[in-house]
Amino acid sequence: MDFSEEGLELKEIQRLEGHNDKVWSLAWNPTSTLLASCSGDKTVRIWQRSPSTSSWHCKAVLEETHTRTVRSCAWSPSGKLLATASFDATTAIWELIGDDFECVSTLEGHENEVKSVSWNASGSLLATCSRDKSVWIWEVQPGNEFECVSVLQGHTQDVKMVQWHPIMDVLFSCSYDNTVKIWAEDGDSDDWHCVQTLGESNNGHTSTVWALSFNPEGDKMVTCSDDLTVKIWDTDSITMQAGEGYAPWKHLCTLSGYHDRTIFSAHWSREGIIATGAADDAIRFFVESKDGLVDGPLYKLMLKKEQAHDMDINSVQWSSGENRLLASASDDGTIKIWELASIT
Amino acid sequence: MTLGLINANPVVHAKKERVARTEDLHGDDAVDPLEIYDFVRDIRDPEHPYSLEQLSVLSEESITVDEKLGRILITFTPTIQHCSMATVIGLCLRVKLKHYFPPHFKVDIKVSPGSHANEESVNKQLNDKERVAAALENPNLRQLVDECLYSNEL
Repeated sequence: MDFSEEGLELKEIQRLEGHNDKVWSLAWNPTSTLLASCSGDKTVRIWQRSPSTSSWHCKAVLEETHTRTVRSCAWSPSGKLLATASFDATTAIWELIGDDFECVSTLEGHENEVKSVSWNASGSLLATCSRDKSVWIWEVQPGNEFECVSVLQGHTQDVKMVQWHPIMDVLFSCSYDNTVKIWAEDGDSDDWHCVQTLGESNNGHTSTVWALSFNPEGDKMVTCSDDLTVKIWDTDSITMQAGEGYAPWKHLCTLSGYHDRTIFSAHWSREGIIATGAADDAIRFFVESKDGLVDGPLYKLMLKKEQAHDMDINSVQWSSGENRLLASASDDGTIKIWELASIT
Repeated sequence: MTLGLINANPVVHAKKERVARTEDLHGDDAVDPLEIYDFVRDIRDPEHPYSLEQLSVLSEESITVDEKLGRILITFTPTIQHCSMATVIGLCLRVKLKHYFPPHFKVDIKVSPGSHANEESVNKQLNDKERVAAALENPNLRQLVDECLYSNEL
């Protein structure tokens, strides 16, 4: 689809208020019927759309579990469990039991702030990362038990985000040390180790890498950074699908000169639109450009929304539903639901 | 008593006379660097019973404002090149100024060029808002910051 000829605009659908501190992160459940948000106010909120009015309301507030900022949240692929990572050094697992979300497990082990949590595609593994520079892999066992199967050391500074590959059991982490590290399991020994580091010497970032996201096929990745750039990486999808598990990633292109403050979030939509949110209060959208195929695929700015929030934007997340719905979270304490719609 | 102090004998300067700033000098709500300076000059140094102004950590030239872009840059000069208190001073400035500006203003805090042995890493840490948020939730650090902000020792 050539988005550039379509004429799209970003329409604000609703502003969700309730958190009374920075909203750090957002997660849609797999069916995009629920949106989870987490905040410096130590709570997690679950938002639901009422079928009658189509408007969003707060269905639940998950509180009195985390004692410090809740930095990140992630739904399991089945949508039954929600994992939340907190500066209190724990990761909590919540389950919808009856009408209430109950904390059914607490994962302890990191020395200090847990910054991100991610489920693998099958929901059998969970990864967490921390200011303690380590990445932990947990195995999900019956009865909501989680066993740590590996502690990965390699980053030299705090690890900002972990994200599993959408298809393979390969883990990606990005850090204050300016690198992205890729972790895979040894075929025989069940040991996890770093198989690739994307740093400055591979055309990588020159400052903190805050987030990463994959295209639906899993052969491209976007990263965003404090160096004010967005980078696109790709891998050989044939090698990847041949079952080798891991194929090397290489730098495809760098998008610079757009955001002029730290870029905190990037998310790749099902349809191939990359949304970015930054400390310049703006949301931008990038798509693959079909014009410059001589030098391979390039990406171009499709649309930008200045002053999308009153303050820094910390997270942008596409819903997986039919409409092009995007949620954004900000230091201003609000969440906004947007629709990327044709200009009418 | 001075055992363990990072800079045991800092040079102390006289406090500048507080000038009565004329209201509405610009005839609008413009952010005035000197008003910001007046607001932060009396923050107490984390180590000494002197203000940041008295130790020349801050001066009137420390604050620059780009009204059009909504940017505020504060540069401070630690008393010594290896000052491990630089990040605490940065936190004090952030907390003090947190609610001072309209929300869209962006505040960058840096050590002045050449004033710190680990200039780049100090600046990176001072401007990583996640680390700042986490530091301010740390009870010990928070207490240290609050003592600098609300001290009556000056």
